[in-house]
Amino acid sequence: MSTSRFRFPGVTMPPAARALREEVREFLAEERASGGFEPMADCWAAGFSAEFSRKLGQRGWLGMTWPKQYGGHERSFLERYVVTEEMLAAGAPVMAHWIADRQSGTQMLRHACEEVKAAALPRMARGETFCAIGMSEPNTGSDLASVSTRAERVEGGWQVNGRKIWSTGAHGEGCDYMIALVRTAPADPKERHQGLSQLIIDLKAPGVTVRGIEDIGGQLHFNETLFEDVFVPDSHLLGEAGKGWSLVVGELALERSGPERFLSSFIALREAMEVLSRNPDDRTREVLGHLVAQIKTLRRMSLGIAGLLQEGRSPETEAALVKDIATRFERELIEQLRIVLPDEVLLDSSGVLPRLVREAVLRVPSSTLRGGTNEVLKGMIVRQLGLR
Amino acid sequence: MSETDSVILDTAARMFADLSTQEVVNAAEKGEWPAALWQAIEESGLHLTWVPEASGGVGADLLDGFAVLKAAGAAALPVPLAETLLAGWLLGRAGLEVPQGPLTVARGRHRLENGLVSGAALAVPHARNAAQILVLAEGEAGLHVAALARGDCALREGQSLAGEPWDAVEFSAARPVACAPIADLDADQLDAMGALIRAVQAAGALETALELTIQYAGERVQFGRPIGKFQAVQHMIADFAGEVAALSAAADAAAEAVAATGGAIDAGAWVEIATAKTRLGRAASNGPAVAHQVHGAMGFTYEHRLHHFTRRAWAWRDEFGTETRWARRLGEAVLSWGPDQLWPKITAVTDK
Repeated sequence: MSTSRFRFPGVTMPPAARALREEVREFLAEERASGGFEPMADCWAAGFSAEFSRKLGQRGWLGMTWPKQYGGHERSFLERYVVTEEMLAAGAPVMAHWIADRQSGTQMLRHACEEVKAAALPRMARGETFCAIGMSEPNTGSDLASVSTRAERVEGGWQVNGRKIWSTGAHGEGCDYMIALVRTAPADPKERHQGLSQLIIDLKAPGVTVRGIEDIGGQLHFNETLFEDVFVPDSHLLGEAGKGWSLVVGELALERSGPERFLSSFIALREAMEVLSRNPDDRTREVLGHLVAQIKTLRRMSLGIAGLLQEGRSPETEAALVKDIATRFERELIEQLRIVLPDEVLLDSSGVLPRLVREAVLRVPSSTLRGGTNEVLKGMIVRQLGLR
Repeated sequence: MSETDSVILDTAARMFADLSTQEVVNAAEKGEWPAALWQAIEESGLHLTWVPEASGGVGADLLDGFAVLKAAGAAALPVPLAETLLAGWLLGRAGLEVPQGPLTVARGRHRLENGLVSGAALAVPHARNAAQILVLAEGEAGLHVAALARGDCALREGQSLAGEPWDAVEFSAARPVACAPIADLDADQLDAMGALIRAVQAAGALETALELTIQYAGERVQFGRPIGKFQAVQHMIADFAGEVAALSAAADAAAEAVAATGGAIDAGAWVEIATAKTRLGRAASNGPAVAHQVHGAMGFTYEHRLHHFTRRAWAWRDEFGTETRWARRLGEAVLSWGPDQLWPKITAVTDK
């Protein structure tokens, strides 16, 4: 079916991935039964457990696609996909390692020097070192090239001054690094993408202050990070100074098409099934049918991108398109679920299901913001269509 | 698809582009049978794509047929190629020979008594143009596929939203031209195959509507620039692209699931089809809304070609069960899975 603008090839899980899925399911069932975790909505952005992350590290489920020499496991993108989607579907607390595993580690693997890779990656793959994203600033959101955090050349490295914001998890135990997009040369209005660099900043270094910011659900998951004369050694520069824009674009592509873009609240749907089964009416059936149809379609598309990545392609626009429709679906999921849930769930503030529903409602506004707003994503889509 | 398969598709796409022109589609809507187009299809053997070699067909892979049907949707093909493919598939499953000429299928489960078939169906596509009308009929010896000569049926002519023939058909104690029992298929599964065919065709039609929309947004100048430069317009078109991509992905998944079973609509394939038809309902509502909004009054005229594609999408979302009906039935299946099987059932499609 060849005329399509965007292609999402079908994926069949290889035997190794299927066997892995059984292993992961067994692990999750045991962990949940033994109180190792309480399921939560938006677990990848709100469920911090260093202990849980270390357990995954011990099983070889972090840094799965990285080379063994850096502590990775040289497994396929599809196997990694299986682990991440199983974690999300179970609502497991995977926030601590999520950023390191999804993007920072891969970014370092691609662009960091040997010394940094050898030191940092094995610890990330063991679930002992975590990372924060360093893109947004108080005056920089969608217009990422407008960052004003500065790094000035000093002997042996760079001196950083400025502020990053919304950096998920930066305050957490074990959160050691932030890959920050900073300006290393003054902004040229004609070439705004020049003069930017990505630096790995040690969050325990002198001059770094991390302040938690409470979200509308009362969670302290994201932060403001202040840099005052922070020294960053040369070895912590990613790629070449001044060429950081293409690096950050590559990093964003890693963020966009994963199953976390449509499975954040899946656990609420799963836990609601029992209540919904009691006296289902046509409306309930219809809602369930629509939701499952959407999940299946989005999974097909998201996995298609994992398949393209495995082929060595970089489907950035496809990823933007999937993230756009997937994150809008996240809102639809909880809004539709709410409509068919009985009062006893909606008006109760105790119990697992009422908690999950509340978490999902309160956290859903971030779905269409984080990792690039849907407005920015639509801009990427129409550029591909030739309209920009 | 293999290389030989893409040859089939390329041939089909070229033929459709040449012979399914705006004039031909408009004339067909006025009642003029596109003889040259149908003749070219018969000469190429495309209409026999899904007929096993034993029944006089090409015996090509099911996916080839779906690829051809997507191209047919993309070209607003005004002939019953999809219906003839469905009929050929049905005849092949019953081990019956395939007759000459265009064919169609009347939905439902009809009666077979003493070798005679009785029943009625609404909106049988292209019934008036079909040499034979295929039905499923239940007799004492179980379910049969029966082929009825068009002349043995009473037709009340009607039209779909797209202006295609949608005729009410009635047959009372009609003697079938051919009849054979069928074991592994019921009326529900026949509907599912029909729903999948519509999803695939609509994916093609909406892709063309999207292309027309992108083109028009780039050409139409207002306030001193192409309207496609306005962000409000761009974002609508991005949504449209998302709908089309999602429908195509769901339709591909369902087509692959049916092909993987060799054409049996098992529980897994049924879920994929329910997903695709549900998605068709969304795409056919949201997509054409954008297409027409961007085209303005021009796209609302009969003179512009856009309606060939948007009207077909609107007709097809109603056929073989609306998205409401499919979503309810899928929801029923989901409830039967229960909380513990919900996720495993969702992942099952990739884990075979």
